[in-house]
Amino acid sequence: MSRDSESPHDPGGFEAGAEVGEEYRSMSEDAFDNPVGPMIEDVAVVVDVADVHPELANPEVVAEIVAPTRDIGTEVGKPLVELREVTVQFGGLTALDHVTFDIRRGEILGLIGPNGAGKTTCFNAMTGVYRPTSGTVTFDGQVLGPLKRNQITRLGVARTFQNIRLFSEMTALENVVVGTDARHKTSVPGALFRSPRHRHEERDAIDRGMALLEFVGVGGRATEKARNLPYGDQRRLEIARALATEPKLLCLDEPAAGFNPAEKAALMDLIRKIRSDGYTVLLIEHDMRLVMGVTDRIVVLEFGKKIADGLPAEIRDNPAVIAAYLGVPDDATA
Amino acid sequence: MSQSADRPKGGVGDGFRGWWNAQSRPAQWAFGAPFILFIALLPILNIPLLTTVGTNFGGVMAQFGAYALIAIGLNVVVGQAGLLDLGYVGFYAVGAYTVALLTSPDSPWNQTGPDGWLSKDWAWLAALPIAVAVTAMSGLILGSPTLRLRGDYLAIVTLGFGEIVRLLADNLEEITGGGRGLSQVAYPRVGVSEEFPLGVFSSGNVGKTLNVYVWWYWLTIFLIVVVLLFVGNLERSRVGRAWVAIREDEDAAEIMGVPTFKFKLWAFVIGASIGGLSGALYAGLVQFVVPTGFNVINSVLFLCAVVLGGQGNKLGVILGAFIIVYLPNFFLGRQDILGVPINGDEIAQYKYLFFGLALMVLMIFRPQGLIPVRQKLLAYGRELFVAARKRSQREQAGGES
Repeated sequence: MSRDSESPHDPGGFEAGAEVGEEYRSMSEDAFDNPVGPMIEDVAVVVDVADVHPELANPEVVAEIVAPTRDIGTEVGKPLVELREVTVQFGGLTALDHVTFDIRRGEILGLIGPNGAGKTTCFNAMTGVYRPTSGTVTFDGQVLGPLKRNQITRLGVARTFQNIRLFSEMTALENVVVGTDARHKTSVPGALFRSPRHRHEERDAIDRGMALLEFVGVGGRATEKARNLPYGDQRRLEIARALATEPKLLCLDEPAAGFNPAEKAALMDLIRKIRSDGYTVLLIEHDMRLVMGVTDRIVVLEFGKKIADGLPAEIRDNPAVIAAYLGVPDDATA
Repeated sequence: MSQSADRPKGGVGDGFRGWWNAQSRPAQWAFGAPFILFIALLPILNIPLLTTVGTNFGGVMAQFGAYALIAIGLNVVVGQAGLLDLGYVGFYAVGAYTVALLTSPDSPWNQTGPDGWLSKDWAWLAALPIAVAVTAMSGLILGSPTLRLRGDYLAIVTLGFGEIVRLLADNLEEITGGGRGLSQVAYPRVGVSEEFPLGVFSSGNVGKTLNVYVWWYWLTIFLIVVVLLFVGNLERSRVGRAWVAIREDEDAAEIMGVPTFKFKLWAFVIGASIGGLSGALYAGLVQFVVPTGFNVINSVLFLCAVVLGGQGNKLGVILGAFIIVYLPNFFLGRQDILGVPINGDEIAQYKYLFFGLALMVLMIFRPQGLIPVRQKLLAYGRELFVAARKRSQREQAGGES
């Protein structure tokens, strides 16, 4: 039972089972019905986006601008990312041990596990922060092994961070535009002499950036410094910045950390909205209610090994997963 | 009442900045151009108290111009990209020595003689772009192995570079003349008249208010405006955003798709070329280059100007350069301020002590510098800031009434 006390997640939510779906739905409706809810309260609108960009008042237009425009080689439903026998070692410590799973295009895949199970390491191995000691990560038909981090981002893997890492002295819009720059080609000569391509890219970046901010719901704070944004908005801004790189796969590392139930419900809606806009999402999260409610499939890690892989309902009843989270009862081991 | 209006406002500075940012480009020029003109005319206006007594005020302003250019270049490296460069004087030296080696009769590579490919009249101007290109190359050569280092390690390596350049200049006697230096460096030969047979930029043009220094000062101001336009273009582009992103969080920047090494190298190269440009100006102004002019203390002074003015703020670092150059000269030879007797020479002698104290006080009370940075990193989208400003003004007005 000792591990349970270390993990901050809520085992109650995990056990809650079938009613999870309705529960989050009613919560999220609350958030919209009740305008003085905790999430709405700290949003101080600075710019009325509709004043400046009237076309962004229509959510459908926003979603259309935000939707990915790039060609993806993988068909919907086929594996976009294939991890094969991925092992990551730090000295004598094996953080990931021969992990194999797929992320299919168009799905929301949950990656869960107790603290220290290797979820973030798995993320880092995919986004190029760590090089796998052995094994391969294939992304949209291309092996990621020797690529640099910024090249992997340009290929189409974007991520957010467990502890927020925005460019705090930049405005919200500038943060997002840094993301769009991943797709831009202007370098120093073009910028020095303001080449036509540079000007085109700049205009484009601002239009797309504003649409993204509207999409995640922080459009009104476009001109505020990122460090002045409320915590929840910072998390949303990170998602917008990641989406700005036009990823084929969006990796969210504990996006709901520190959120209250209403904010979590709104985040679930956002994640669904991102998926229905055509993105594939990989989600690391401790909150079982959120993971069970939003994911299509779940991979469970424990001590660097994959212990389960399946639909949320299957995972919920999987004895190995329950043992990993809740520990094995004393009478069972005895 | 919204949060933004409840937050204490930054006072006059922020108010001015908000107003300035809300102006259109032509309006900014309409206000900016007369201001630049006023700054340019300072040495010939002879304003009492402002004009230095111990040295020629034009000379002080010419030196200020050179330092301002350096501060702008160093600001790209330190202020924008956040790469601590303690050997910036090395680039300044490379620029100055390139011009001197190409145009001084003492140099073995002199090209202004009968066999040279530089015409005597245009030698300086022709050497200028060469100096900038050579310094850019030196920035590339220094940067490509060292920019893999971060923070303190980079600072130490650049410190070493600055010293290497100076020691080379001191010891390669056959080429650089060693401690004797290189004299009779070329300068732009324009404005030739009977009164000035060698042109207004020659060192013979002294003794009046409109002297050689003022001409150099004006040339420097022109170059500063050009450099500021270019640097501003870079700042409001993918390049400037990449630099700030690297400064804020290099790992996050790379994961967001910023080719960090490439843009750090660009920052180094651009900073170096601006330093080289300033060095070339300096060589032409004093027509004499010696290694002692490129001591490590100069690197520290340049950095001091950047930190004092406000890292990352182009106008701030110009103010910083002005303070660094002007204040010691203000006290030099001055016996009294508004009737209060002082020993100005003594004060000027202790300038490093006072700069040190000033930096310490600044770090305690205003670590972001005199004019804190607020970059504009977007080429367009001004309408958003205008809308935000109008909105906050409206809310403020609503709150007060």
